[in-house]
Amino acid sequence: MLEKALVGSRKYYGWVGFLLLFIGVGFLCYLLQLMEGLGITGMSRDVSWGLYIAQFTFLVGVAASAVMLVLPYYLHHYKTFGKITILGEFLAVSAVTMCLTFIIVDLGQPARAFNVLLYPTPNSILFWDMVVLNGYLLLNILVGWTVLSAEKKGLAPPGWIKPFIYISIPWAISIHTVTAFIYAGLPGRGFWLTAIMAPRFLSSAFASGPALLILFCLIIRRLTKFDPGKEAIQTLAKIVTYAMLVSIFFVLMELFTAFYSQIPEHTHHFQYLFVGLHGHTTLVPWWWAFMIMAVVSAYLLVNPRTRNDERLLAVACAMVFISLWIEKGLGLVVTGFIPNPLDQVFEYSPTWPEVFITLGVWAMGFLILTVLYKIAISIKEEKGV
Amino acid sequence: MERSRRSFLKIAGISVLGVGAKPLADALAAGQGSKTGPDPRALPAKRWAMVVDLKKPCPDNCRDCFEACHKTHNVPSMPNPKDEVKWIWSESFPHAFPGQEHDFLDEALKKHPVIVLCNHCDNPPCVRVCPTKATFKREDGIVMMDYHRCIGCRFCMAGCPFGARSLNWRDPRPFIKEVNKEFPTRTRGVVEKCNFCEERLAKGKRPACVEACKEKVLFFGDLEDAESEVRKILKVRTAIRRKPQLGTMPQVYYLV
Repeated sequence: MLEKALVGSRKYYGWVGFLLLFIGVGFLCYLLQLMEGLGITGMSRDVSWGLYIAQFTFLVGVAASAVMLVLPYYLHHYKTFGKITILGEFLAVSAVTMCLTFIIVDLGQPARAFNVLLYPTPNSILFWDMVVLNGYLLLNILVGWTVLSAEKKGLAPPGWIKPFIYISIPWAISIHTVTAFIYAGLPGRGFWLTAIMAPRFLSSAFASGPALLILFCLIIRRLTKFDPGKEAIQTLAKIVTYAMLVSIFFVLMELFTAFYSQIPEHTHHFQYLFVGLHGHTTLVPWWWAFMIMAVVSAYLLVNPRTRNDERLLAVACAMVFISLWIEKGLGLVVTGFIPNPLDQVFEYSPTWPEVFITLGVWAMGFLILTVLYKIAISIKEEKGV
Repeated sequence: MERSRRSFLKIAGISVLGVGAKPLADALAAGQGSKTGPDPRALPAKRWAMVVDLKKPCPDNCRDCFEACHKTHNVPSMPNPKDEVKWIWSESFPHAFPGQEHDFLDEALKKHPVIVLCNHCDNPPCVRVCPTKATFKREDGIVMMDYHRCIGCRFCMAGCPFGARSLNWRDPRPFIKEVNKEFPTRTRGVVEKCNFCEERLAKGKRPACVEACKEKVLFFGDLEDAESEVRKILKVRTAIRRKPQLGTMPQVYYLV
């Protein structure tokens, strides 16, 4: 089936070339990082995780898009999703690959990454994250590819794949839970020390992943002969709506606990986000951008008239995606370090090489996605579904 | 081509000989009596701990202990503060003990620099989170780093509630003023921190910072030994620890 990715229109090659350009620039910057060390990034002794780990955290959420299609289709026989389940699974493959790459580019000694396997340490959440992320990647490649191969031959998917599909559902929950536990179990970081971290991860995941899928469905319908169908898009939109509302609700819960209890270790971080701390305000505009976009997109999604208008739906989905990128990426990861455990404020902003490495990894993810979607859609076009 | 093949075979042959010789050499060495056993001078302890006297002022911003430590352990002086590596340093009281300061705090204490370092916690979160066991706790309580195993993921830095850990963001070697050949230098991309001078304890010497302190601000010893200096002083003076509520059980005590 891979040959389908090798033939395409001019536009297709142009897009692939565009992505390769970013991958190339990112790779060159990564070579610089390999030679100089992580000192070329904006990270420091005080803010020791930055843009890379923020992307990783956010993209674990995007990978959840698959389960929001797989669950209704395979467990509730919601046939409308049958056509696009593959899009969710392949998005998961691309997102998880990006997650793993972001972890690798964040390592100080990437050549020693396999020490995690050589000295397995079950008390470390990072060990479990390695297990669940790789497992989820393999599950989605296996399921997506097998089901698509069967579709190409005009057959029903083989029976042996069913258990893997069922396992992939709780497995998707596990990737968020384990990733949330990376943060939620650290004693000295008040911002992350919250029991609703995993639920928060899940809710924002079920909003950002399907929101991106809706955007892809709309683009695919415009560029190809394959139509995901209005009903499928609308059902996805409802999933995004509820998940986004729950996400906002959870953020408000955090605010209540922090500000009503008034425990400084919890309030200082939120103060830093809302108004800045000791005159340091780098993340304040980002946080307000999140708040505004979250509220506006929620309004557009809740109102059936705007939700049914696919143009406004696209705007709402873009806002959901960007706002949650801010909230779960920069907002969640960087703010956990500000103020530091000694109650001092050292701010963080990424450097240009860091930004280009990040863009390079995104471009790599999009290239994987482009190739996989090209294969899937070519087959669907052939079959005329 | 011919030549390179010949030299390849030569090297391969020598390598095989070398591999074969190793067990033989090991067996002979074992027969002679091991040279790698513990030094008879090594200081034994069940639970190493440090006591810092906050009542004794460090005159003229004395930095003897920091300098002794950083010199002993080849800690680099990075030009960019962002890349800073430090094992022992001082903070003001409100930063060392956040939430414990108040408006009427003893003026001397308020101004007094508080010496901070790794607390060698009895329940260390850094050890719990490390995905490769590169950081681990010894029987005698010292929390150690294996610089050769660390992958530089910095989970331990996020886990430490005392900011005691530093990553080598860049190659530290060009920034070490004078290399101490007795202690390894580090490579970029690995985390490091205070090691309670385990390499000195193994030779019967007290930690470099304790030895360098002329004002007797720092005390060091075995908490399990009722006769030790640290036990004796903790018996008569009031001591506090940093963030005890987090349950990490720090083993650096501050006399107030």
